[in-house]
Amino acid sequence: MRSAVITFPGSNCDRDMDVALKKFGFKNKMVWHQDVELPKSDLVVLPGGFSYGDYLRCGSMASKSKIMQSVINFANSGGLVMGICNGFQILVETGLVPGVLLRNKYLEFICKNVFVKISDKDSAYFKNIKNDVLELHIAHNEGNYFCTNDQLKEIEDNAQVAINYCNNEGKIEKSFNPNGSIKNIAGIFNKEKNVLGMMPHPERMIDSSLSGEDGSLFFKNLINNIK
Amino acid sequence: MKISVIITLKKDVLDPQGKVIHQALDGMGFNDVNEVRQGKYFEIDTKETDPQKAKNKVEEMCKKLLANLVIENYKIIDAQ
Amino acid sequence: MIVNEKIAIDHGLKKDEYKKICELLKRTPNMTELGIFSAMWNEHCSYKSSRLHLKKLPTKGKQVIQGPGENAGVIDIGDNDAIVFKIESHNHPSFIEPYQGAATGVGGIMRDVFTMGARPIANLNSIHFGSSQHKKTKNLLRGVVHGIGGYGNCMGVPTIAGQTSFDSSYNGNILVNAMTLGLVKKDKIFYSKAAGLNKPVIYVGSKTGRDGIHGASMASASFDDKIEEKKPTVQVGDPFTEKLLLEACLELMEGDSIIAIQDMGAAGLTSSSIEMASKGNLGIEINLNKVPCRETKMTPYEIMLSESQERMLIVLENGKEEQAKKIFDKWNLDFAVIGKTTKSKKIELFFDSEKVADIPVNTLVENSPMYDRKWKKAKLPKKNKINKDDINNLKIIQVLKKILANPNICSKEWIWQQYDHTVMGDTIQKPGGDSGVVRVHGSNKAVAASVDSSAVYCWAHPLTGGKQVVCESFRNLVSVGAKPIAITNCLNFGSPENEENMGEFVECVQGIGEASSYLKFPVVSGNVSFYNQTKDQGIKPTPSIGGVGLINDYTKMITMDFKEVDNVVLVIGKTEGHIDQSLFARVILDEKNGPPPEINLFNEKNNGETVLKLIDSNFIKSAHDISLGGIITAVSKMCIKGNKGINLKKPKYLISEIEYFFAEDQGRYIVEISKKDQKKVIDILNKNAVHYDDLGTINENMLFLNEKTKVTIDELKGFNTKWLKEYMRN
Repeated sequence: MRSAVITFPGSNCDRDMDVALKKFGFKNKMVWHQDVELPKSDLVVLPGGFSYGDYLRCGSMASKSKIMQSVINFANSGGLVMGICNGFQILVETGLVPGVLLRNKYLEFICKNVFVKISDKDSAYFKNIKNDVLELHIAHNEGNYFCTNDQLKEIEDNAQVAINYCNNEGKIEKSFNPNGSIKNIAGIFNKEKNVLGMMPHPERMIDSSLSGEDGSLFFKNLINNIK
Repeated sequence: MKISVIITLKKDVLDPQGKVIHQALDGMGFNDVNEVRQGKYFEIDTKETDPQKAKNKVEEMCKKLLANLVIENYKIIDAQ
Repeated sequence: MIVNEKIAIDHGLKKDEYKKICELLKRTPNMTELGIFSAMWNEHCSYKSSRLHLKKLPTKGKQVIQGPGENAGVIDIGDNDAIVFKIESHNHPSFIEPYQGAATGVGGIMRDVFTMGARPIANLNSIHFGSSQHKKTKNLLRGVVHGIGGYGNCMGVPTIAGQTSFDSSYNGNILVNAMTLGLVKKDKIFYSKAAGLNKPVIYVGSKTGRDGIHGASMASASFDDKIEEKKPTVQVGDPFTEKLLLEACLELMEGDSIIAIQDMGAAGLTSSSIEMASKGNLGIEINLNKVPCRETKMTPYEIMLSESQERMLIVLENGKEEQAKKIFDKWNLDFAVIGKTTKSKKIELFFDSEKVADIPVNTLVENSPMYDRKWKKAKLPKKNKINKDDINNLKIIQVLKKILANPNICSKEWIWQQYDHTVMGDTIQKPGGDSGVVRVHGSNKAVAASVDSSAVYCWAHPLTGGKQVVCESFRNLVSVGAKPIAITNCLNFGSPENEENMGEFVECVQGIGEASSYLKFPVVSGNVSFYNQTKDQGIKPTPSIGGVGLINDYTKMITMDFKEVDNVVLVIGKTEGHIDQSLFARVILDEKNGPPPEINLFNEKNNGETVLKLIDSNFIKSAHDISLGGIITAVSKMCIKGNKGINLKKPKYLISEIEYFFAEDQGRYIVEISKKDQKKVIDILNKNAVHYDDLGTINENMLFLNEKTKVTIDELKGFNTKWLKEYMRN
């Protein structure tokens, strides 16, 4: 399986994602933001970090870089595109997924483990995964997902919510919401569910010595689904 | 009464955001831009009806909170 | 403007110093030259009050590749890997503008590390604020934490450990010390020594603006009522540009085109160019019109003294300019050939075709002033006579709750959750432990680091305090299973012109030297920050020690959380009941006098090495060093982290329970072992003549001494975690 990770100026989880994808069997290529063509890939990842320093709006300037036209075309033709953290913010700015990501409720950067409930197992990302709840890691300043009521209705009608913040038993309540996101949303799909944007970093949870191993479950499942 | 205030970085203070936005614009083909400086805009709705008094109050707000006078300037641009 | 003595004094130079400049030059300097002298001769760059004493520190060792004198120290961790590390202060700027001051402090120390070719792999910090009641403290704390996070998070370097303290002596002078560790291949380390004639001198990074002109002089002046006037010297950090600069520099360093590289930190272009020339015993010629400037009409004086951030100076091999420029173009950074190396041994500056400065390099460096300042030896305070009845009437659990909620003990989660501590995917021990630990990417090794200071002990008796900080650093590394290798120090003191403050400095340095020499834990880098005072009042002497150690097999790393019910808990090291200067004495007895706990270097070394042996033999399940708040505070933290309780045994000594549990005797650890290993462990302890006490056994959820003295761990956790969050969010 082939994957591509885009490096924007200011990306800083690109290496971590490369390590994770390779660990679980992807043949990964790093792609520079000024390239025009994507290499042949089964999965394109927009990694976390601070593209363009998070200046203006998070993800805004990266969404205008040269490579993004190819990424958008790839997504529109059904290719799998996953944006993690800053990658999610970039996806939102391109309009590939609906909504916006506002500053966290307490106006503080948050780095910690959270639990998320998988709300939809129809996509290539979560199909066949055994767990309903994953323990993943977040590290962001702008993860407070927001959209209009109309958008929310559409998102829910199309089952576009991918994961919600919850407790270890899968209960979705306000007190388990780290950043104030609407309906505890931690990740969403586009309508076709080939594009996934999410705040948690599965690539930081791929080894028992790290914060946990649920990221491994995610990647193992993902590569099996793509095969 | 509504008062509008613009906060900008002082002239000699580095504006990392403005600089990068400038570079991005350049990359998108807007290549006749000389410089971009980013600031903040506030609209303050106050119960005060006397324009001068309202302006004075807002000026105080700028000095005490809205602007970081170490690196920023403020300008009251409108009162209506 | 014609330079005279008054202008020189306005630049922070002393009368004698100005006279010496005129003698060395055999003429009156012009403004630009005076600016250069004042920057190079101030305390921050010249170490004129401290050099004499710093020379006495042990700086060599089997694993030391580079000691003090470079951008950072370097140690060998085997397999052609080396760790580059240093700690630096950014105290004065952080008090004036906490966000930018702290941010640029973090940016500066990371540049020191990647200048040497190392990719930064971990950040740490030691931050000290005034009393929590002081009106400025909350905003300063918030600003500093946001600034540290804002810069480090954006760079994608995990912040893995730190220390935060509150003490009214910092009310008008907070301390922000930032430390960075980088990883480099031993054969790819870059230095700042220029070599060869007519080699191009390259400027890369951000443009030069009027930021922080005379920041280095500011860092060497104490705060007075005119503080507001000093505000324009604040620098603004741009972590995004620094991230690009990091990647561009490391890309250039893959080749062999760099002869020397130096970041532009304090005193910017001045100190970077002069240091490179001085180390290479060469001259440098610079055309200031070629320096990329952000503002119009900048004068040579301003260009030379600007402290704009995110800039580097490089001496390149001839003919490599184009190739290097391509890399910096790719990362959208400025690149300019601004001069060349010369044989003149002078720094020669040109502007609008005129020579605007002409100074022999040695006058700026070797001939810079060095003072043997007067200092006063501190007396060891007399022991307090504490009324035993007062103590024995106290209820242990109530005292414990108070101590756990004390600002200097309470959980700092509110702070470190705002720092990305897991990026790079190698953090195996997060903040909140004894040391932060990161794996050496792609290997079985891991590096542990911690940062410590004990201002209260140093204030009570500087010599003992200096030793103690080094020992505590040693213990924090041992507690996670790391072999301590070397330290970096950030020496924060009041005015060297005050005999008492100078005495504190001299004796703390002596203490640091004695301990690091005995423990074979040499000092490889560091920085001195004097004039941390408002009017005549200096801060408590605060040397911060950053320690680095190596774990050969990262799966053997130890954490402090209790692991298993029924396991046995031992105290390693002897408890004598030393209460003076303890947190208990200050918080509960309101007693601020008396000597700090004594340091026995033999015990420190022996106990530490024995604990490492036990860890290496897989006997230790969890470990924690005993410091502020004594045994019961340490054991409570192990309970809270592991969500387990402990059945405590009644102490066997003659001292009271309160003294036993809250005393701050040194050289002690708490370790958890399983019952089946108890005999073997005790044999090893006895064989090595290490004193131990049987403290108790682990239970489900209760700290239990007897029916009257017990508390659930959940309750203790509440006291420990609540204070800071509520303080900051209310």
